[in-house]
Amino acid sequence: MSRAATTTTAYGTTGPGARSRRTALLRWSPLAPATLLLLLFLAGPIGYCVYIAFTDMQLTGQESASFVGLDNFRHAFGDPAFLNAVVLTLVFTLISSILGQNTLGLALAALMQRASRAVRTLTGAVVITAWVLPEIVAGFLLYTFFERRGTLNAILDWLHLPSQNWLFTLPILAVSFANVWRGTAFSMLIYSAALSEIPQEVTESAEVDGASGRQRLWHVTLPMIRRSIGTNLMLNTLQTLSVFGLIWAMTRGGPGSRSQTLPVFMYDQAFLKSLIGYGTAVALLLLVVGALFSVVYLRLLREEV
Amino acid sequence: MTRLPASRARPLLTRRTRRRLAADAALLAVTAAFAVPLAWLVLSSLDTGATLRVRVPGSPSLDNFSAVLTDEITFTPMRNSLVLCGSATALTVACAALAAYPLSRYRSRFSRPYLLTVLFATCLPITAVMVPVYALFVRVNLIDTVYGTALFLAASQLPFAIWLMKNFMDGIPRALEEAAWTDGASWFQTLWRVILPLMGPGVTVVTVYTFAIMWGNFFVPFLLLLSPEELPASVSIFTFFGNYGAIAFGQLAAFSILYSTPVVLLYVLISRRLGGGFTLGGAVKG
Repeated sequence: MSRAATTTTAYGTTGPGARSRRTALLRWSPLAPATLLLLLFLAGPIGYCVYIAFTDMQLTGQESASFVGLDNFRHAFGDPAFLNAVVLTLVFTLISSILGQNTLGLALAALMQRASRAVRTLTGAVVITAWVLPEIVAGFLLYTFFERRGTLNAILDWLHLPSQNWLFTLPILAVSFANVWRGTAFSMLIYSAALSEIPQEVTESAEVDGASGRQRLWHVTLPMIRRSIGTNLMLNTLQTLSVFGLIWAMTRGGPGSRSQTLPVFMYDQAFLKSLIGYGTAVALLLLVVGALFSVVYLRLLREEV
Repeated sequence: MTRLPASRARPLLTRRTRRRLAADAALLAVTAAFAVPLAWLVLSSLDTGATLRVRVPGSPSLDNFSAVLTDEITFTPMRNSLVLCGSATALTVACAALAAYPLSRYRSRFSRPYLLTVLFATCLPITAVMVPVYALFVRVNLIDTVYGTALFLAASQLPFAIWLMKNFMDGIPRALEEAAWTDGASWFQTLWRVILPLMGPGVTVVTVYTFAIMWGNFFVPFLLLLSPEELPASVSIFTFFGNYGAIAFGQLAAFSILYSTPVVLLYVLISRRLGGGFTLGGAVKG
């Protein structure tokens, strides 16, 4: 390991081997506490996750867990309840993250650029408050909004529109809207920052050239902020994949299993049905999907790191 | 509204003004939709006969607040939250500051892979790890301990904290530090006396952000803490309305406000100090 001796750092003393190795060790020692914590409490559980996913561990009698190979995964892909959770997770992610938070966030950011200052401040404050509130409070508030005796039906009554029991008839749509309500601020902030970086001359010259609003959006604005779009979609999707508290507070995955996304399914199997091994296999699949998204995200950021 | 070219020349309602009004109207409509649940929260907390619907209280009072301001409902859970999140935040910020220092100051072939791993870890869905964490905590007897939960919370927020802290530290010029080095200061003295004071706003952002995320975290303490007297507010509020039975909605709204206030105030604090969430958005962007 002669690296320390050959590389001259800003404060480097390129002394003889042993001494500079000691200096290098000392220099990097501040990394130790963080690394230890990450290894013990993050890498450890992830490793343990990989192990348990291949066992039949149950909540009771944990000592007797034995290896079952790919059984948990085979079981999962033949389990209608698991496939139901996969479909619901896709629906939830598509509606709330990709269509909802992303598009609404971009629209709000674009409108805020043109709006008057007072309206801009008001919108920002309200949307960001919804984002800052703790997850459980948000879940509780949207429960009261969508509940049969709640505010949404009151508004519909007032407009003489038919009301219905939203949490019963369309639970996945209700929790998706809840996630839009809670998560749009993040996209709005990212897109506001991206739009404010576009030089005004670019859009103005496109306007002078006679490009319509839609053409400007499609051919000028969107290509210029495409990196932000990629980053935002990635982070929104990852965040949405792991939503638990919001759904648990609003519907507990029900009625039946009609709003049971993968995290809720995982919790249900592992803790309510005591199948830790099976629940962990589901968790591992979720983790792998998350890891794939993370890799794409890292690629997007590659030049900046 | 007919679109005559002549209307552009009219001084009262120029194209720009019309556009601004249209944008204002659209934003106000969306804002109203976003505000309804918040309005329910505020109005119900002042209404002793609150229901699930938004309504203006007939005789507004603070009775709901005085009803929930007891040891059992408010003070104990809030104190638990403070102990749990406070200690976890302190640990996260200390570890992140230490780790950011060599990552920001020295070059090595290890720093890039390390940073990439950290960035990768910030993206992992922590929810997915909770089942094995529970199983592991049962094994090593950390289940139902506040310090075990705090250690896990700290580790789960650490990747993002390191990343933020490193970016802020990169912005501190090295000139002053070099002076300290020539005076014979150790790395710790340099970090503690020179760099951290210079990056006060950055440390504040990392601290506030970490604390706010932990304060609102439900799943981690919900799984890892079992004793009712140890539960933080995020879990106690859930048991409060968890049974959907005869709930005093007004009291629940009042408690929700009390529980949410610290994070809202902290957010206002950092957005004032650093020009809005834009900084945070920018930091997240990389």
